[in-house]
Amino acid sequence: MIELIANQYSYWISILLMMAGLYIVIDHTNLLKKLIGLNIFQTSVFILFISMGKIDGGTAPIIEEGYKVFSNPLPHVLILTAIVVSVATTAVGLALVVNINKRFQSIDEQEIEEIELEEE
Amino acid sequence: MSVRKNPILRETSHLLIPAILLFALYVQFHGDYGPGGGFQAGVIFASGIILYALLHGTKRAEKVISLNLAKTFAAIGLLLYAGIGVFGILLGGNYLDYNVLTQNPVHGQHWGILIIELGVGITVAAVIISIFYAFAKFKK
Amino acid sequence: MLAITAIAIIAMRNILSVIMLGGIYSLISATLFVVLDAVDVAFTEAAVGAGISTVLFLSALGITGKHQVLARKNHLVPIFVVLVTGAGLIYSTSDMPAFGDPNAPAHNHVAPRYIEQSGEEIGIPNMVTSVLASYRGFDTLGEVAVVFTALIAVLLLLGLNRGSRQDKS
Repeated sequence: MIELIANQYSYWISILLMMAGLYIVIDHTNLLKKLIGLNIFQTSVFILFISMGKIDGGTAPIIEEGYKVFSNPLPHVLILTAIVVSVATTAVGLALVVNINKRFQSIDEQEIEEIELEEE
Repeated sequence: MSVRKNPILRETSHLLIPAILLFALYVQFHGDYGPGGGFQAGVIFASGIILYALLHGTKRAEKVISLNLAKTFAAIGLLLYAGIGVFGILLGGNYLDYNVLTQNPVHGQHWGILIIELGVGITVAAVIISIFYAFAKFKK
Repeated sequence: MLAITAIAIIAMRNILSVIMLGGIYSLISATLFVVLDAVDVAFTEAAVGAGISTVLFLSALGITGKHQVLARKNHLVPIFVVLVTGAGLIYSTSDMPAFGDPNAPAHNHVAPRYIEQSGEEIGIPNMVTSVLASYRGFDTLGEVAVVFTALIAVLLLLGLNRGSRQDKS
């Protein structure tokens, strides 16, 4: 049992963070807070990838005399680009929120639904 | 805006912004040897410009780098990246094959990586600066 | 630490403090990346997550004005969905390789070649840069194109192009 926990806890942490992000996205009605929840969700995926790349006793993947064991560089590359793309996509989401606010004078899902019902 | 009148913030920013921009260039060109590269350098460079824009207003920041200039640079960076690939084809290799850029394959790889990292850095910096301007200039 | 910050973000009602906590969350995850040997990723996360995205969220908040987060009445359905998803994922981790295991499948496919050959083939010490720019050049080209497309989308959505043309005429 202790061995199981020691072997798998990195996955469990990222799953826990993912659950927190998913909960914010589903439960909260404020669109800005939903975007923050999406960011937490994304970060949990980043942590999952990076923790898979870690090797016991390894160092950062930079060739230097005296080091033989390196962590896997491939997840680092994938996540490095994913972080920059995530900020760009977050900016698109924020632009959408700003436009919604311009149209409805509100960024709350429930208020927007009420306004839409009134207009129909 | 009390932030813009605060003398401590203004004077500190005058000291910090050149250091931030210099650090961005260091990260850009030292990415082969230590942690760093185009993505990080672009973001750090953009954050230097954004700090200036926050403290002195977008109008003064636009005298340094205007929105149109930033948009042009975003395209130039992407074209630089794609252009190196086409250049490799013209020299008889595959697309994005750096071995053919110079006589020595390893040397060619150095050149290729340096140039495309520069392209990545230019695009990322320009995109983030222009996204910030777009939000700052948006009228309700 | 990360989990505590995430739970604090769930509990906070004031949107400004949620944004600031989001920045703190990114900074903590950047230190976690350093511990996991991913120095390049930590560098990017610290600059992007704690710096740029906080600034972008704050400027969007400045445009939309300060709204309090209203509570939805029924919390049970979201909690149920989240718990079922989490339980399924945790059940599936029992087949995953152990944390830090050098024999995991992820370390035995292309990674050994990157680690052993990149010093001779590319000739630069930072493996992350050589994989990013050379072995996976197409991948990075696509990512840069995505970032560029995001810029076009933001400019279209915020309607700045139209405004500047009207100013000139």
